[in-house]
Amino acid sequence: MAIQNPTKSNFRTEFDVNKLLLTLAGICGFIFLWHASVKWLPVDAFNRLPDPIEVVIEWVSTDPDYGISIFTEDYYIHIFYSTYRALVSFFLAVILGVPLGIFMGWKGSVYDYANSLLGLLRPVPPLAWVPIAILMFPGVEPAVVFVTFLVAFFATTMNTLVGVRSIPDDYYRAASCLGASSIDVLRDVVIPGAMPSIFTGLQIAMGAAWFSLVAGEMIAAQYGLGFVIWEAYNLIQYPTIVIGMATLGLVGYLSSALVRLLGNKLMAWHEQRLGLHT
Amino acid sequence: MPSGKISLADRWIMKFASINWRGLSAVIGFFLVWQLAVIFEFAGFQEIPSPWQVINTFFSDFLFSDKYWVSWFISFKRVLVGFLLAQIMGVPLGLFLGTSPTFYRLVFPVFEMLRPIPPLAWVPLSILFWPTNEGSIIFITFIGAFFIITINIFDGVRSIKKEHVWLARSLGAGNFRIFHKIMLPAVIPAIAVGMTLGIAVTWNVVIAAEMIASDSGLGRLTWEGYVSSTPPVVIVGMISIGFAGYLSTVIVDIFERRMMPWKYKK
Amino acid sequence: MSTSKMKVEGPLTGKVSIRNVTKVYDPDGANVVALEQFSMEVPAGDFIAIVGPSGCGKSTLLNILAGFDTLSQGEVYLDEEPLALVNKPALPGPSRVVVFQQGALFPWKTVLENVTYGLLKQRVMGKSDAEAKAMDLLARSGNLEKIGGLYPNQLSSGMQRRVEILRALINDPKILLLDEPFRAMDTVNKNTMHQHLLKIYQDNPKTIMFITHDLEEALFLADRVIVMTTRPGTLKLDIKVNLPRPRRREMMASKEYLNLRQQTISAVREEAKKAFERGERELA
Repeated sequence: MAIQNPTKSNFRTEFDVNKLLLTLAGICGFIFLWHASVKWLPVDAFNRLPDPIEVVIEWVSTDPDYGISIFTEDYYIHIFYSTYRALVSFFLAVILGVPLGIFMGWKGSVYDYANSLLGLLRPVPPLAWVPIAILMFPGVEPAVVFVTFLVAFFATTMNTLVGVRSIPDDYYRAASCLGASSIDVLRDVVIPGAMPSIFTGLQIAMGAAWFSLVAGEMIAAQYGLGFVIWEAYNLIQYPTIVIGMATLGLVGYLSSALVRLLGNKLMAWHEQRLGLHT
Repeated sequence: MPSGKISLADRWIMKFASINWRGLSAVIGFFLVWQLAVIFEFAGFQEIPSPWQVINTFFSDFLFSDKYWVSWFISFKRVLVGFLLAQIMGVPLGLFLGTSPTFYRLVFPVFEMLRPIPPLAWVPLSILFWPTNEGSIIFITFIGAFFIITINIFDGVRSIKKEHVWLARSLGAGNFRIFHKIMLPAVIPAIAVGMTLGIAVTWNVVIAAEMIASDSGLGRLTWEGYVSSTPPVVIVGMISIGFAGYLSTVIVDIFERRMMPWKYKK
Repeated sequence: MSTSKMKVEGPLTGKVSIRNVTKVYDPDGANVVALEQFSMEVPAGDFIAIVGPSGCGKSTLLNILAGFDTLSQGEVYLDEEPLALVNKPALPGPSRVVVFQQGALFPWKTVLENVTYGLLKQRVMGKSDAEAKAMDLLARSGNLEKIGGLYPNQLSSGMQRRVEILRALINDPKILLLDEPFRAMDTVNKNTMHQHLLKIYQDNPKTIMFITHDLEEALFLADRVIVMTTRPGTLKLDIKVNLPRPRRREMMASKEYLNLRQQTISAVREEAKKAFERGERELA
């Protein structure tokens, strides 16, 4: 029986103490270089930056100098605000973008209408929408969410469309041969066939959402991690800048990982293929 | 064959029908709705200028204004410098990460730690670090494109078939020749993808960075329109930015065609 | 396992009449005549192989029968009922199931889900009955029941092809349309697939139209081999293959077979040469 076992790339998976040590050395080296350049390098530019020890002490302090650490309520309020905005925008983008992309790929007329409009609006970088969004929406909150939504929406729609387009004609033909109706084709061919691309799009959308959320918060918000970073800069609370950045990286990474995990769960068939080809 | 032939009149009708009327009507509809929304002051449109006002503003205040074209030039320069720096550093880094397992294990974890940080979160540190405003904006632009480019090259190198390398080795090729004859051609498509994604991101980043922390460029122009309560300027800015971004994409596209003639010639 | 168990009782269905079919692509532009006045009668239950150079209209013919394409002139009848007419082209449906060149098992469905797909969509039976029938069919086709829960990408390409043929067969189509299904396979795999296909045909004889450009394959498998001319595709040669069934590899050394091969090979060569020369002209 010629069932092939998914082979794994030996680049990452094999456990080896030496390899682990290299990784540790890399991380330690990075932190050391950072510390050394801030503290001992006689270059002004570096000396202005916060050093890693300062940052860590502030981050885990029960009584932080600048008001933000893992023991303060504020820290979590800001994380909550950012996450909340990112998720609301992301889900709006998914709810609107995935169906739009699918219909654009499925029905030529929908594509004709929608593509020219998207083509008109897409070249404008989402962050250029910030001022107009503030003018259009009552209050800053919906404006920031709108801008964040916009990026995620474009990414989701375009990737879904690409996904539908990439489905070979023969799958449609096979389904119609076997007696599938138009709705069956949508459910059994179009949606599952576009799924890998949709999830690629969702990952990109999640990344893009955080990307513009930060800018939106820096420009116009009163809460959130982007606001923390910018406020810390203005108030000369430099270690807090790095705390904000690191937290952003962490939260952003976690949300992307979650999307990826969900995708792999939903697409057992696709993972098998990836397994064979790496 | 009566059914096979079509009369001249029919052909003309077909030509006419082949115009994307739906697309055209959608675009016209968009501007029409915008204009009407402004005239009838729909919710949210009280402060928005009509398309007509925007065109008027553009012709009267911008088309012949030096300051406007200088903004174009400044933003373009920042995008270009940040983008090129990201290519110059990202391509070799991606190649090393993909070819040397030791280097990969040493550097990649740090790289992956920094990658999820949104580029604009670097703004404050960048301002602190760089003595000039120009330097900090270019640095942020660079950050925006750098991670994407590196990751794409890295994936490109890893997708090279082992067989090709083995074949070359068995034919007596040394490290340099393998790099030159197998690695480089194989990563060209990856470089192209990195360029396309990179140019889009750099425009995004430049605009935001200019809004947050600069006194020049198209992003600043747009933001100033908002601050000085002249909404038509905001929209002129947006359209200019969109157009500039589109122009860069076209230029990158032309480069890619040059780089990969096999992909575009039939 | 006795082969007689599967024999269909009563008269066979699947008689195809193709009458003066012409297909012109882009009539007021490039005006490519893919098929010209093509006629052919296929008795019910015959295994027909159609060979010809690339671009000779083999696939066009198959697409017209399957309902993926229209025809410009002529008509096609299936069991004396009109199937495809100029202003009433065939619609795709389970009476004519296609097995595709590149393979078209749904990668997101398991083998079992793929095989039962047609039965469930046509609502001929419930899920549990369909699954039982599919398992039975898989089991009878060389112990394939073990792979029911696997995804197509976990199977070898030969196994994928077998499953795809079974997915078509389970619907009991009147015609089975095979579009170069073994094209990408090496000789050893191909031979195995031929044995499987012959067994399927023997167990369950139905009209098969098998498109290929491998002449040996055509002669070995089919009752009749149709050689088509290069574009515009017409009938060049219609050869009856009088080799007894069940077919065995050794027959390919028989005098009968070699004779047939001699007859057809020159016809195919001639057309391939014409097609090649035209290709050169078109490129120049």
